[in-house]
Amino acid sequence: MSLEHFISEAISPWMKEEGPDSDIVLSSRIRLARNLENYNFPDFASKEESETVIRKVHEANGDQEYGNCGKFEILSLDQLKPLAKRVLVEKHLISPHLAEQSKYGAVMLNEDESVSIMINEEDHLRIQCLFAGFQLKEALKLAGELDDWLEEKVDYAFDEERGYLTSCPTNVGTGLRASVMMHLPALVITKQMSRIIPAINQLGLVVRGIYGEGTEAQGNVFQISNQITLGKSEEDIVEDLRGVVLQLIQQERAARNNLQQGLKIQLEDRIFRSYGVLANSRIIQSKEAAQCLSDVRLGIDLGVIQGISRSILNELMILTQPGFLQQYANEMLGPDERDILRATLIRERVELEEA
Amino acid sequence: MFCQECHERPATLHFTKIVNGQKTEFHICEHCAKEKGEFLPGSNTFSIHQLLSGLLYGDPAISGTASPGLSQQSVLACPKCGMTYQQFAKIGRFGCRHCYEVFDSRLDPILKRVHGGNTKHEGKIPKRIGSGLQEKRELENLKKSMQQYILNEEFEKAAETRDKIRLLEKQKHQEKGE
Ligand SMILES: [Zn+2]
Ligand SMILES: [Zn+2]
Repeated sequence: MSLEHFISEAISPWMKEEGPDSDIVLSSRIRLARNLENYNFPDFASKEESETVIRKVHEANGDQEYGNCGKFEILSLDQLKPLAKRVLVEKHLISPHLAEQSKYGAVMLNEDESVSIMINEEDHLRIQCLFAGFQLKEALKLAGELDDWLEEKVDYAFDEERGYLTSCPTNVGTGLRASVMMHLPALVITKQMSRIIPAINQLGLVVRGIYGEGTEAQGNVFQISNQITLGKSEEDIVEDLRGVVLQLIQQERAARNNLQQGLKIQLEDRIFRSYGVLANSRIIQSKEAAQCLSDVRLGIDLGVIQGISRSILNELMILTQPGFLQQYANEMLGPDERDILRATLIRERVELEEA
Repeated sequence: MFCQECHERPATLHFTKIVNGQKTEFHICEHCAKEKGEFLPGSNTFSIHQLLSGLLYGDPAISGTASPGLSQQSVLACPKCGMTYQQFAKIGRFGCRHCYEVFDSRLDPILKRVHGGNTKHEGKIPKRIGSGLQEKRELENLKKSMQQYILNEEFEKAAETRDKIRLLEKQKHQEKGE
């Protein structure tokens, strides 16, 4: 498989678009949790119940078109190889829970993979809309429409007092999780994140690294999402998150300006060294790769590096994860082999840009 | 207790996984938990439920272990899915929509803590099955604003609102009559 072909398979079409504020906000996501009225929640349902849920949703909306989303295709998880499942997780199209734990899981995907509807995850339905850049409102609108479309045919578990009923009490009410993925290198370099994260937490929002473990965010990519789903309208939840994201964008831009003014040569040195590592290394671990990718992406955003597409960070953060590397190699790989292949793939990708 | 994965470090994470009613218990150390979680990125299946079940357990009023007066709860169970309140408190998950009704009297404190003091849904109402509710909410809102107009002595607006309320109520009766 050629690298170009592999990338075009691996990167969802929606990711190739440039959304608003995409120098800082990589993507926006809305997820709605819904359950059907008459069946136990997936982890407590019988085989028959779970199969009925899939059948009902499939009969009602599977293999159909919806608006601009195009046609939906339904995939049964038990028919996918472990590696294929992992690749879907790395593309954020299905959750680790659906891949690993659900026995009768399925997923409905549209053509450009901007919509994924997971079936029999922790809840019967998880409607997820992904948009490039900062487009939370747009994502909420589409998710709401898809929700109405599904509700035409299936009866939801809804209660006047408690709202949409979910398996976990943390999702009840709106069932809404709104999140954005942000690249915040300047706030990390200037050591402001440790001050900012607790402040954001106090507002009822959660900040975590998408890649890497715990509080450490590999590649300086952070996910910010709402925690409260009950007692606020969908619009208010999204508005509260948007307000914080707007402030973060401003602070990141200000920090980038300060760096460029006060530490121009040091910053450029760091960016070009990282570029050198990506373009030349023969063995690279995911942590180092992520850091260098973040530096190079910052260099592109600041105009220090020219002639390389911005999407390189998003693309290579996904492509260099273990599942994709193994799919590219078409075999299972040990950690050492992965580090070698990761370096090769990044070098080839950078050469593709220079060609 | 030692970690069941490496048998070297003490187990600091304890959790129960329930799939289709089948319980599996895990006792592992932080190190091995990370390794297990590493197979899939962003795997947060441990943390949130562990956190939540800790939350439910930590509250004597909810877990009931500290107050013998609440011993009745051992029989509080959902007739549809069979989930008992104790199971719910342990795993922090409902088994079906009826669990919400069965455990209703105990939910407010839990929901308040998870959702910043909130217990009542203020968001979307499903279009089809919730159409009656939508009208009901609209009526409630109109009545509230009428009261406000009266308080402010804006009687003209109050009268307009009253007419809207009458119209809506009339429509509602006609629909029922059919
Ligand atoms: Zn261990
Ligand atoms: Zn139940």
